[in-house]
Order: sequence, then C-alpha cells, then structure tokens
Amino acid sequence: MPLIYEDLLAQAVQQDERVIIMTAENRAPVRGLPPKIGKRFLDVGITEQTMIGMAAGMALRGRVVVCHALATFAVFRPYEFIRNDVCIPNLPVKIVGWVPGILSDANGPTHQAIEDISIMRGLPNMKVYAPASVDELLLGFPHILADMSPWYMRYNPRPAAWTPAPFAIGKAEVVREGKDVAILTYGALAKEAYEAAELLGQKGTSVHFVNVRTPKPIDEEAIVRAARGTRLLVTVEDHFASGGLGTIAAEVCMKHRVLANHLSIAFDGKWFTPTLLGPAIEAEGMSGPQIADRITAALAAVQNN
Amino acid sequence: MNTADRDALSALALRVREHCIRMSTDGGCFLGASLSCADLIVHLYSKVLKVSPAMLTDPGRDYLLLSKGHDVPALYGTLAELGYFPKERLANHLKPTDKIYWHPNRAIPGVEFHSGSLGHLLSVSAGIAYDIKLRGGTNKVYVIVGDGELDEGSMWEGLLVASAQKLDNLVIIVDRNEFQANIRTEELIPLEPLIPKFQAFGANAVGCDGHDFDALEQAFAQVGQGPGPSVIVATTVRGRGLPSIEKRADRWFVNFTHDEIDQLMHELHGEAKAALASETLMVR
Repeated sequence: MPLIYEDLLAQAVQQDERVIIMTAENRAPVRGLPPKIGKRFLDVGITEQTMIGMAAGMALRGRVVVCHALATFAVFRPYEFIRNDVCIPNLPVKIVGWVPGILSDANGPTHQAIEDISIMRGLPNMKVYAPASVDELLLGFPHILADMSPWYMRYNPRPAAWTPAPFAIGKAEVVREGKDVAILTYGALAKEAYEAAELLGQKGTSVHFVNVRTPKPIDEEAIVRAARGTRLLVTVEDHFASGGLGTIAAEVCMKHRVLANHLSIAFDGKWFTPTLLGPAIEAEGMSGPQIADRITAALAAVQNN
Repeated sequence: MNTADRDALSALALRVREHCIRMSTDGGCFLGASLSCADLIVHLYSKVLKVSPAMLTDPGRDYLLLSKGHDVPALYGTLAELGYFPKERLANHLKPTDKIYWHPNRAIPGVEFHSGSLGHLLSVSAGIAYDIKLRGGTNKVYVIVGDGELDEGSMWEGLLVASAQKLDNLVIIVDRNEFQANIRTEELIPLEPLIPKFQAFGANAVGCDGHDFDALEQAFAQVGQGPGPSVIVATTVRGRGLPSIEKRADRWFVNFTHDEIDQLMHELHGEAKAALASETLMVR
C-alpha cells in the first residue's frame, strides 16, 4: 500500500496515461504532485465550475480526471456543472472533497459540507465513497479510479480504528457481528462510532457494526441483515439527518419491507458548532462515549416498549 | 473568397435556414437565434473545421461546440446538409422516437456535446483544448456562445483559465445578435465595449460581420496566433433572413402554423413578408 494519497495519485498518473489531476487551488492533498507529473497536474485557480467543465472536456477525450477542492466548494458551487457536464454524459470524473463533514472543524457553516452525500447520491450515474479512515481511502481509491463512472469521495485523513477488510464497490464492511444493536456508519465519525461499539460491548451489549463505505451504491443486503438481526438500527454520520445514511437505511428497509427501530445520530436540521475537531465532536454529542450513551438510552426505550 | 465559393456558401446557408423554418412549427423552436448563427455555422463547417462524417471519433478532428444550445436547429440543418445524418431525420424534430429536441445532444451524429444551460461549454471546450495540447495535437476547438450568455460568470472565469493556460487552440465565436432572451443586451446588462473586455481577459479578440462570408474568412484567418485563446465577435441579426421577425424581442421562441411556415418560406426567398398571427413572446 502506498504511504500517502499523493503517492497513490503519482503512481496512478505514471501507470495509466488517462489519469489527470486537477485542483481549484486546493493543494493540501496534492502539494508535492506538480514537479512529479508536470502538465498532467492542472490548477485552475479558484474556479470550481471551470474545473468541472474542463474535467468533462478532458474525459470526453478519454481521460480519467481527479478533481480536488474543499468538499463544500467541490460539490455546491459547481453542482450544475457536475449534474450537466459529468452526470448526464456519465463521464469518469472523480471529485475529491477536502475537509468534508465535521472535518471542516472551525471554519463555520460556509465550509460545512454536510448535505454533500445527499445531493451527490441524488444524481443519476454519480457514485459516492466515504472511507472510514485514510487506510481505507488508500485501499478503495484505486477501485474508484478504475470504475468509469463519476464519483464523489469524502477525503478522510483520520487513522484507522480497525484494519480495513478488502474493498469492493457497493459492498459494506461488517466489522463486528452482534444481535442487540446495529450501528451503520461511514466516513470521519466511523472512528467514534467504533469506539462506542467497543464501549457498549464492554458493558455486555452485543453490537453489529457495519461500515457502509459507499453510500451509493449502497449494500442493501448488509442493511437488511443489520435491521433484521437486531432490535435497534443506529445510523451515525457527520451529515444532515435528511438525505444521508439515515434516509438511505429507511429507503432500503421500506423497499425490503423491514420494520426497524431507528436512532439517527446526525446533524438534525442545523449546522454544527464551529470549533476544533475534538470539541466539535463533543459539542454535537458524537464522541465515542456520547454515542454509546445515546444508544444505551435508545435501547432502553425500545426494551420498555 | 471567389464568387463560386461565396455562392455555394450562400446556397447552403439558404437551405439551412429552410430547415430552421420547417422546425418552427408543431411545437416550434428558437428560430431567431438559429437564424442569427446559421451563417457562422455554415462558414465553420464549409471553410474552417477539419472534420467530416468520417472523422467523428478521430482525436485529430476540429471540434465545434454550441454553448448556447437553443440555436441547434441551425446546426442540425447544417449537419444534415453535409451528410452527417439523413435530411429526412429532421422531420423527427420533437418526436419522442428521436433525439432531435430543443437543445443539442450527442445522440445526433456530429454533435460533440450537449448544452442547454448557459455558461457551460466554454470550460468544456477549454478542457478539450487543454487535452489536445497535452497530447501534442494541432487541431482546434471552436465554441459558439451567445452574447446574452456572457452574463454568466462562468464564461469570464473560463476565459481567465483559458488565458492562463495559453489555450491558443481555443476559438470563441460570439453570436452578437444583441439580444438576451426577451430584451436587448444593452438595455438589460450592457456588454459594450465587448472586444476590449475580451482583450483585457487575455484573448485575441476581433470583430466581424457574422453574415458576410468574406469578413468571416478574414476573421478566422486571424485566430490561433496566441498566446491566449481567440475571440471573434460576430455581429449578427436575430432572425436574419426573415424581415418579419428580424430584431424582434418577441420572436425568441416561435411556434408558427403550417400556413405561416409556407409564407415564411416565400419571405426567405425574397417574396412578400409573412402575415404572422401566432402568439408572440412564448415563454420558455
């Protein structure tokens, strides 16, 4: 496995003549690339619409283009360009969002991409990847590059809380099996969700833990199994409660005629508290112990019914 | 340009205008904009573009993209006349069984990319142009944009990037018919002085009469000299060829009766002006 994301991109450019790396002056994840790959690296400045349009133009000529910007600028500002120029023609443009979800920490609401999963998954042809750690990101990204669809990926630099299982698009990772409560998650908060699972396990609660990895295409079977096999289905995500994993789980359960008790741990109709990452997670009640407590309370309510 | 060439272009442009008029009924089309850019498209395909029906997947071909896609009847008419697809197919305009609708799409042979939302294809064209240069190609990318479309910020953003990347193989042609959808550009969002604006953004910009094939030939002879992209501001007339709708703000989208189409065909050929009773200012 390459050491860092940038190495992975450099390797991809060297091994595959189709790959082009673009950025709208968000160089944080790709700072060392320009001297390594020359004109295959293109920084268009702070022009997200032009980045996506140009990426579509290059993809028309057979390129696979990886585009970088802060998640909030990568998906909201050029949304119509993504819709019209990438998704309608189904071109292999890979949009990588930097500091997505809660990772924008102290930047404030303008920088909070917490409806990104919702609006990206709503687009025909677009697929969505939200790795639970940097290890998983490095494991999964080559699959994303090789797949000829448009993709949106939430960049996640956080260290792994567990060793990721082999990656397959549309296949969830069942990290632990259990029968009392199922936790479904993805992305940055997978770390806190996993910590909660461990805490609950220590207290004798049997936790079924699923990292969905790709909110689209979603692993329906994994959700159905989690819902049917436990008394409470918990979704944990740094996203608005509407349109993300909680909604996806509900859609899947309804489609398969599964009735489940559901606890959504998400941002419920409000932006999160702008502060550094640790305090932001605490302020939103999303630390490992806080998630464990919320689940314990919900499980008690379910049992009392 | 010699007389025979000029006559051939004029004859082709006349046939393309006939096709546009035929598409202006049974649902209608954006006729005014189609007629303003018909001569530009005819000139490009006849005299400028290195492309043919046999070259549609050739990476060395020249590209033409319509950024203001609602003028697509002129493109369909030209492509059909030049053998990209059978002329009979134009009769499928707006039929659910074909893909010939109000905006361009790649299901029609010769159409490079779809459009419809304004302000998109300058950046798509810039991406094509960048890739051509990256691969050492010498072919060019031509993109026809509307003047009203220049209200969109993405056009100027794209131009900044095209200039920064020295895309001297990118040629932007402005169909300067002086109209937004329903109002004159200079009344709503004034664009003048337009050529200096483009120059200030790093482009080689020239103006010409967009209905004069000799003037177009001279303008296109000046493109590609770098270091940045080229711009041709082609002064045109909305509805050109049909005096009864020329320069009319209320004849943007039209849907004429069959009888009116017959009259407009005669008008196109220099006979009496049509007596048009169809609803004007169709909202689209």
